[in-house]
Amino acid sequence: MAKGKIVAGCLAPHPPHLVYAENPPQNEPVAEGGWEQLRWGYERLRASLAHLEYDAIVLLSPHWQTYVGTHFLGLDHFKGLSVDPIFPNLFRYHYDMNVDVGLATAIHDEAEAAGLPVKMMENPDFRVDYGTITTGHLFNPDWDKPLVVISSNRSTAYYSVEVMQEIMIELGKATRKAIEASGKRVVVLASNSLSHRHFTTESDVPEDMSKEHITSHAMHLWDMRMIEYMRSGQAQRILDEMPEFTEQAIAESDGGGLSWLLSTLDVPKYPAILHGYGTIIGTGNAVVEWPCHAHEVSEA
Amino acid sequence: MSGGEVVASFVVPVHPHTVLTPDRNAGWRRLRDAFDEAAQTIRELEADLIIIYSTTWPSIIGHQIQADPNPEWVMVDHDFHDLGSIPYSFNIDAEFAHAWDEANQKRGLQSRCVNYKGFPIDVGSVVALTLLNPDNRIPAVIVSSNMYANRSETTVLAKSCLDVVEAQGRRAVAVTAMSLSNRMFTDFIAPEDDKIHSLKDDEWNQKILEFLGQGRLEDVGQLSRTIHQQIRVQKVVAFKPMWWLSAMNGNRNDLTGRIMAYEAIHGAGCAVVHIDPASSGVGDKEYDEDDVEYYHGERDVLDAVDDNADETEATTPLLGVETTAAESGPTLWEPTDAEGSVNTAAAPKPVGAYPHARRVGNMLFLSGVGPRQPGTNAIPGGPIHDGDGEPLPYDIKAQTHAVVNNVKRIVEEAGATMENVVDVTTFLVDMKRDFQGYNEVWAETLGKVGPTRTTLAIDALPTPIAVEMKVIVHMPE
Repeated sequence: MAKGKIVAGCLAPHPPHLVYAENPPQNEPVAEGGWEQLRWGYERLRASLAHLEYDAIVLLSPHWQTYVGTHFLGLDHFKGLSVDPIFPNLFRYHYDMNVDVGLATAIHDEAEAAGLPVKMMENPDFRVDYGTITTGHLFNPDWDKPLVVISSNRSTAYYSVEVMQEIMIELGKATRKAIEASGKRVVVLASNSLSHRHFTTESDVPEDMSKEHITSHAMHLWDMRMIEYMRSGQAQRILDEMPEFTEQAIAESDGGGLSWLLSTLDVPKYPAILHGYGTIIGTGNAVVEWPCHAHEVSEA
Repeated sequence: MSGGEVVASFVVPVHPHTVLTPDRNAGWRRLRDAFDEAAQTIRELEADLIIIYSTTWPSIIGHQIQADPNPEWVMVDHDFHDLGSIPYSFNIDAEFAHAWDEANQKRGLQSRCVNYKGFPIDVGSVVALTLLNPDNRIPAVIVSSNMYANRSETTVLAKSCLDVVEAQGRRAVAVTAMSLSNRMFTDFIAPEDDKIHSLKDDEWNQKILEFLGQGRLEDVGQLSRTIHQQIRVQKVVAFKPMWWLSAMNGNRNDLTGRIMAYEAIHGAGCAVVHIDPASSGVGDKEYDEDDVEYYHGERDVLDAVDDNADETEATTPLLGVETTAAESGPTLWEPTDAEGSVNTAAAPKPVGAYPHARRVGNMLFLSGVGPRQPGTNAIPGGPIHDGDGEPLPYDIKAQTHAVVNNVKRIVEEAGATMENVVDVTTFLVDMKRDFQGYNEVWAETLGKVGPTRTTLAIDALPTPIAVEMKVIVHMPE
C-alpha cells in the first residue's frame, strides 16, 4: 500500500451566514446575498483544489465541544436537520453526509496510543454540529467525499492555551501518522474564525453589508498579523504567539483547530495562499490554503 | 388579571445522567430522587408556569426565548452520547414567551423569540423539563444565557419576566439549570469513581450551599464573580444564573432555602436546591450592589441611535420628574415642558430639570448638548474616565461628531436646520489635548455653516464627556 498523504490543509471558517447568503437548497432561510468577499474566497479555494484527487476530508469543528476527551463521529452516515442555536433565523440546514469510519478509527487509535483521552461517537440520534455542516458545505457543496469529524476538546477553558496547544500538537501528529498509514489522500480542515468578538445586535436585514465591519482596530491588527505569518510561511510563529492571540483577539483558536491543523501539516515553512478575508458580525475570518501537494518531498 | 408571583425557585443540574442512568451511581440516584421530589413540590404548589434560565443555551444576539408551542426532537449530549438519547416533546407557553420578549425590549434589552422546527433545545433545559414536569402538565418557558450579559442586563431580564408574571397573574416557578463547580474530569471514569473534582471545588460548593440553605440568595449573587473565578471552567456563561434567580426573588437574603441533594456528576458539583419565597425570619441584609430597572448599556453596536427609544420612553414616568438611573454619572431626567420648550426622544435625556431647547420669538436657545446617545446613554469615542474617576483613552473627534449630531436632532425638531445656527459656545475639559481634534470636526461640520464661536476650557462636565456645546439658532420665517 502506498503511503497516505495530506494533499492540502485549510483554514475554513464556519459562520452560518455564509451558507445563508448562498441560498443552497438544503438551507431553509432565504437571503439577498452578503459576505461575498468570504464566499468568493471559498470559491477560489475550491477552484484551487479542483484538480486534486483525494479520498476524504478530516475536519475539526469548534462547535462540537467536548470537555471529556476528543471524540470522533463513528457511524457511516448521518442525516438530519441542523439548526444553529444562536442564529436559527439564518441556518436550518438539511444535511446528509458520509463518514470515513475507518480513517476516523485509525486517528482515534493513534491518539489513544499517544496518551490522549478519545472516544468514538456511535449514537445514531446524534445531531452533527453546525460548524461541521457549514464548513462541510462551503468546502464541498456536493458532499461527495466522506468526512472524518473531530470534536473540539475544551482544554483551553480547563487549563490554558498552552495546555490546549500541547494536546492539539499531539493530536495533529497522531492525525498525520494515521493518514500516512491509511494509504489515503486527505484534505484537513480547521473550521474556525480568527478574532472572535461578535456584535451583540443584528441588523433587521442580517445581510446588510453596510453594517458589517471588524469589531475593533485591535482585532484587525491581530488578524492581519496572523495572516501575514501564514502568507510568509511562518507557521511556527503562529504557534508561538497563539496564547497572546487567543486571549487578546478572543480568537476561536481557543478550540484548538488551528494548532491541530498546523501540527497535522508538520508546521509548514512554505507560504499559505490567502483566498479571502472578511468579517462576519464583527468576527475576523480567513479562507487559507496550505498547498501541501506543491511542497512534497520526493521519496525516491 | 394581576398579582402573579414566584411561588418557588429551584437550582438543578444539567447533565443527562439523572435522566438516562440514575442507577449507575448512588449520588446520581440521590439527585434523581431530589428532582422527583421537586416535581412533586411544584405540583402541590399548583404552579401554572415553569421558567427555565439555562446555562447550556448560550446566546450572542441578546437573550433568546423559546416560543415554539410544542418543540419535539431527540437530544443527545455532545460529551455523554454513549449514555443514550432523550426524546422530548415540551409544552411551551408561547404567549408568555412573546410577552416576555416585549417586556425585555421595553426595559432596553436586546431580545428575541425563537420558533423553529428542529431547534436544538439544550441539555440543561431538556433535563430540567423532563424531570420537573414529566407529564408536561405545566406550560414552560426557556430563556438563553447571553454570553456578554453583565449583572445589570441579567437583573433587568428577571424584572421584565416578573412584569409579565404579575401582569398575567401567574404562579411561576423559577429554575436555573446549572452546575455549581463545573470542572469535570477530563478523562473517562467509571461511574462508581465519581466524586467532586477537587477538595477546593467541594469547599466552595459547600459554602454556596450554606448560603442557599440559609436563604441568602442575594449574597450568592454578589459572590457570583468570585465563584466564577474560583471554581468554574472559564466558559461564556459565568455564574450568571444566580443574578437572574436573585432578581426573580426580589434580591433578598431572607428566603427559606433547602438543599435537597448535592453530588458529583463526572466531577462537577451538582445540587438540587429549593428556594421558598417565605421569609426565614432572619432579617434581610443590606443590598449593596446597584439595582437597575432599565438597561442602558452599550449593546447597540450596529446603530448608535436606539430604535426602541420611543418604546422605552413609554414605560417611564411623566415629564419633568426624575426617571431612570444611568449606569454611571448623574441621574437622567425627563425634559421639562414649559411654554416654548422643544424636546425630542432623538436627543439624550437631560441630567437635570430643563428642556432640550426653548424658543423665544424667532430665537431658539439650546441647553448644553453633549455626545451621549439617546436610549443607550453611550458615549461615542468612549467616556473620559471610569466609575472610579480613573482616566480612560477617548476619541475627541468621535465625541464632537456626536455632539453635532445631537444638536442637529434638536434643531430639526424645532423646525430649523443647521444652516440657521448663528452662535456656538463650546466647552472642552482638556483644551491642550482636544482642541485640534475638535477644531477639525468643527471645520467639517458647523464651520461650513459659519456661526460665531467661543471655545472655553472648563474643569469638568456632569457626565464623563470631553465636549459640550451651547447653541443659539435664528429660526426661519
